[in-house]
Amino acid sequence: MVIGGGIAGIQSSLDLANMGFQVYLVEKTPSIGGRMSQLDKTFPTNDCSMCILAPKMIEASRHPNIRLLTYSEVEEVAGEPGKFRVKIREKARSVDEEKCTGCGVCMQKCPYKTDSEFEVGLAKRKAAYIPFPQAIPNVATIDPDICIYIKSEGKKCGACIKFCDAGAIDFSQQDRIIEVEVGSIILATGFDLYDPSALEEYGYGKVKNVITAMQYERMISASGPSGGQLQRPSDGKTPKRLAFIQCVGSRDTHHKLYCSSVCCMHATKEAILANEHYPDLKAFIFYTDMRAVGKRFQEYIARAEQEYKVTYIRSRPSKITENPDNGNPIVWYEETTARTRTSMEVDMVVLCQALIPSGSTKEISDMLHLSLNDYQFINIPDRLFHPVDTEIPGIFACGFCQAPQDIPDSVVQASAAAARAAEFMSRKD
Amino acid sequence: MAAPRIGVFICHCGTNIGGIVDVPQVVEYAKSLPYVAYAEANMYTCSEEGISSIKNNIKEHNLNRVVVASCTPRTHQPLFRNACADAGLNPYLFEFVNIREHCSWIHMQNRREATEKAKELVKMGIAKARWLDAQEEFESEVYPAAMVIGGGVAGMSAALNLANQGFEVHLVEKEPKLGGRLLKLNRIFPINKDPSELVESIVKTVEGHSKIRLHMPAVVKAASGYIGNFDISVDEGGKEVSFKAGVIIVATGAQVLKPELYRYGELANVLTQLDLEQRLKDGELGEFQNVVMINCVGARIPERLYCSRLCCMTAIKNAALMKEINPEAKVYVLHRDLMTYGVEFEEYYREVKEAGVRFIRYTPSNLPQVIGAERVESVRVYDELMDMELELPCDLLVLATPLIPNDDNEELSRMLKVPIGDGGFFLEAHVKLRPVEFAMDGIYVGGSCRWPADIRESVAQGYAAASRAAIPLRQGLVKVEAITATVDPKICKGCGTCALVCPFDAIELKESEIRGLEGKIVSEVNTALCKGCGLCAAACPNGAIQQRGFTDIQLLSMVNALSGKR
Repeated sequence: MVIGGGIAGIQSSLDLANMGFQVYLVEKTPSIGGRMSQLDKTFPTNDCSMCILAPKMIEASRHPNIRLLTYSEVEEVAGEPGKFRVKIREKARSVDEEKCTGCGVCMQKCPYKTDSEFEVGLAKRKAAYIPFPQAIPNVATIDPDICIYIKSEGKKCGACIKFCDAGAIDFSQQDRIIEVEVGSIILATGFDLYDPSALEEYGYGKVKNVITAMQYERMISASGPSGGQLQRPSDGKTPKRLAFIQCVGSRDTHHKLYCSSVCCMHATKEAILANEHYPDLKAFIFYTDMRAVGKRFQEYIARAEQEYKVTYIRSRPSKITENPDNGNPIVWYEETTARTRTSMEVDMVVLCQALIPSGSTKEISDMLHLSLNDYQFINIPDRLFHPVDTEIPGIFACGFCQAPQDIPDSVVQASAAAARAAEFMSRKD
Repeated sequence: MAAPRIGVFICHCGTNIGGIVDVPQVVEYAKSLPYVAYAEANMYTCSEEGISSIKNNIKEHNLNRVVVASCTPRTHQPLFRNACADAGLNPYLFEFVNIREHCSWIHMQNRREATEKAKELVKMGIAKARWLDAQEEFESEVYPAAMVIGGGVAGMSAALNLANQGFEVHLVEKEPKLGGRLLKLNRIFPINKDPSELVESIVKTVEGHSKIRLHMPAVVKAASGYIGNFDISVDEGGKEVSFKAGVIIVATGAQVLKPELYRYGELANVLTQLDLEQRLKDGELGEFQNVVMINCVGARIPERLYCSRLCCMTAIKNAALMKEINPEAKVYVLHRDLMTYGVEFEEYYREVKEAGVRFIRYTPSNLPQVIGAERVESVRVYDELMDMELELPCDLLVLATPLIPNDDNEELSRMLKVPIGDGGFFLEAHVKLRPVEFAMDGIYVGGSCRWPADIRESVAQGYAAASRAAIPLRQGLVKVEAITATVDPKICKGCGTCALVCPFDAIELKESEIRGLEGKIVSEVNTALCKGCGLCAAACPNGAIQQRGFTDIQLLSMVNALSGKR
């Protein structure tokens, strides 16, 4: 069983399934794809993220050895290594997966809205929704927290029932408990975003034109709510000067002490993309140490500076205020080379917030009696020589849930976890 | 053969294509072309919805050819071919047209022309599709053994994993001892331990494993064949040993740069971090009072742009140790960006700072200077934060130098026909999603021969390479894409030009056994070795070679479609 349907979980599942093992891939949200599906491009090649991910998602969904359990959560794990008995709750979608054609009519007709998780609050989604166009499975889900039909116990609305040609809407659906026995478990529960409003000095939530890096990813993405146009929140204008602030909550004694490991590079990529979209746009990156340790990362930074006119400023800004006349954020910082305190007015600020282990990481490790480290990452007892083995034999962890890392490192660990699981299941004792 | 009935699916790719190219117009145009029985637009042809539409329309409209105009075959061809196969159509009756990378992305400023170009590209694809033939993929058996080259921590992890999965492993190590670079280290970060015992226990397990055949000291002399079926010959202490392997894992590691900077090699008290570890191991360091370490020596410079990833931590580890051995000592680390990424490294860095190691940031435009005639006496450095030039007394100068590729990488690269990339490290198939395999099927890579990696990363990559290698080993059969070359023995004159140009040694001249041609010398293609590069087909002076999926008539019909000829 693989828990978590992001790139790490998908890679582990595909490796094991291709080796001939039967895999249950359990994903909490309505679709697999994870964080990578939200990204626009990937560093350092500027490959389109969804374009390289989608074939893997589809391969996972059509693989005869993989059973996808989306919108599902692990409820109980009993048994012993090599023979885990698992109860999985497949939540009621209120939609018959077999009948739904993914046409999206229910989404058009549904009158109730909430913030879209996928678009990080930049757009709304309906109570009846498919999280993103390439979602897998491509079926609608009805959110019981928003749906008035469910809340009124069938007295109100029902628009989706009326308009669904396939007759797929089924409010009588109940959660299903699926019981399976598995030899090994791989955890790949990924990351969440640290809420930058905890850093009051940066004005997130108060200064309108301060957004997060994940919001920026959706904004610059051609498939995002603005169709790839950078539009600052206060007036929809395209920014001409853009500032990225690094280590927002990372490497910070008041917040998270660790380095999130990916922000230097994603900020560089985001600055490059801004300049690619708008050649007149000027981007500034305020950084602590520029951590570009991967393959071709230094070259990428050199390109950002030379070809895309990105300016790197070594400084941790002390605060961000707002110019009341035009809504421009003002970044206050110390010019370390000149040792003067100064400020810079820009049109929009992107906060590269710390990345933290996802909430499900804690839930699942509590359930399995696995310990977490000080920062809630899954504890790996012998990090050096057994980098994907947890405290329990037969249970492995890969990707961001066990340590901050980028996509290639997550993919490496995902395959490593698959190798260890295969080894564990082939043991003769 | 039934008359061609071509289905055309044109992708908006959200706004990637649809925002530039007038997709509905291209669909209408496609409908007007010969043999097109059906055409439609999709928001994302690769989405589940798009894939079902291909399948349904193959059945509904009795399509016998499919053209998808969207993105790149590198990522999406298998997907669309499988969709055809699922609907009962031979997957080689599918043709891919790239109107994103080849059109919308590069003509963003010229929408009208982009649409015209998309039409022409689609027209060419359709013209070719008319001539597509069904193909059968060649299947071959996988010999259930692996060769792992390199007995460092990455190679040993890979070997043990595969051996424990039940496969025979040939582990080839060029030194007389297993353990690789780890054997040279005094302590390892971030656990701050002597690695010898840890290494020893892994080495023992490897040496005692019944499934692992150790070749040591040995070097690979020749490797031929293809996935599932490699023939290998190694020189094992002067003796030639041959064996077969289904897969190969390259984990040959890297070496530490010996710099020509900061008077290394000239002054006795200038060491590399590795030299320092050796002296500590041998107990030959002697007294010291003032230690200065310089990072990025020979790295992140115009001639060697990359960051070697480990050196910051190595310096921090050894700086802490210096302070531990002599708490009175002054220890300075002169650095550029400090690469203590992740949780433990950052933690370690903080602890070491608290223990009294001083960190000073220098800039590449103002490098530290070594002062002293016979020995280093001090190091002068400009401290940017204090705007002050400091002169640090120094009786031991330690340089953190990067890992550089092994000298024999190129030879191995030629032998295995796997590529080397920037800086001389091995180049993986895809930097993001295929990090531990080569584009060449059946050969995998892990550890510092691919890119500088610490122990944890090397072990993970070793395991990951084993995972990828275990797939063909467990499947027992591999398929070769049916784009291989075919020779018409009637036309072939046996000149051998094709065999000369073939980079994969896939062509041999042989006496024909075909009736009527007995004894004639003709070329013969070994399908398992042929990679479908097309060189032979282009080089054949007699037109005797056709490449499946790229035949003369297929390609000419594309050219004719473009030039308006029929």
